[in-house]
Amino acid sequence: MKRFIPFIVFVVLAIFFYVGLSLNPREVPSPFIGKPAPAFAQPQLFESDKAFAPADMKGQVWLFNVWASWCVSCREEHPFLVELSQAKRLPIVGLNYKDQPDAAKGWLAQLGNPYTLSVVDPEGKIGIDYGVYGVPETYLIDRAGVIRYKHTGPVTREAWQEKFEPLLKELGV
Amino acid sequence: MKHRYLIALLCGFLALPGHAGEAQPNAENPEIEQRMNKLAEDLRCLVCQNESLAGSRADLAADLRREIREQMQAGKNDQQVIDYLTSRYGDFVLYKPPFRAATLLLWLGPALFIAIGGIVWFVTLRRRRNLQAPQIDEAARRQAARLLAENEDKQ
Repeated sequence: MKRFIPFIVFVVLAIFFYVGLSLNPREVPSPFIGKPAPAFAQPQLFESDKAFAPADMKGQVWLFNVWASWCVSCREEHPFLVELSQAKRLPIVGLNYKDQPDAAKGWLAQLGNPYTLSVVDPEGKIGIDYGVYGVPETYLIDRAGVIRYKHTGPVTREAWQEKFEPLLKELGV
Repeated sequence: MKHRYLIALLCGFLALPGHAGEAQPNAENPEIEQRMNKLAEDLRCLVCQNESLAGSRADLAADLRREIREQMQAGKNDQQVIDYLTSRYGDFVLYKPPFRAATLLLWLGPALFIAIGGIVWFVTLRRRRNLQAPQIDEAARRQAARLLAENEDKQ
């Protein structure tokens, strides 16, 4: 029995290291899941005299996608968002994070605009309020305005199938 | 005569405060700036995860420092600012995690290891002490004394 003790210690440590090292340190769990989306009222990108508030989306399941024209991963994610918007399953609202309005508009004109509308966050204040720490990030918000899921990094087809679809089914979308 | 003016001029230059290149403290309220920096030392930058919010040059860190400064200017105390940040970024922003069920091992782990080490040490020592106590009976003791005496005689 005694000679097995070092072996058991090794196995326990190996399991700890295996789990620990396979975790993604960039994935910060959002404390927002199950909480109401923080309120704000912010001008829109294309109609700067009009404000948007998350409360405007009450009764709808929607995506809140943080993006910027300077963000490389956003470019990677963009075609899939355009595809999603064409399916017209749910509205996508953009948060144009710390961007130049002209650059942002040019980007959408060039690559297509998947957003029902985009709101501007020139100083990143709404970003902080939503716990954004990297662009892109995407929030799935339900009919009651509660955040159901936060996705960090680009929404890929795989991520959509794995993470979003089951929740959408649950929400009946 | 000319030299005297030159020296005076030089002295004047030397007396100028030399803080070029350093981060300028917020002149409006140095007290808040100090509080903000002190708090930011204990907070983690979420982009560059091994840096504190105070030391990071990341954009988000600068934004968060500004946010902390603004909240402090609005009269929030340190705990309220920390609560605001943890409600948005989770305990992850804290370099010093709170004492909870999930962080129990993190906090008590070192003490646990010392305790385990102590037990192992204690058991080993006791076992060794038992080994070092040889069984000598009266006959063996007498024989040893005789041998020693014989040896002394020979010399």
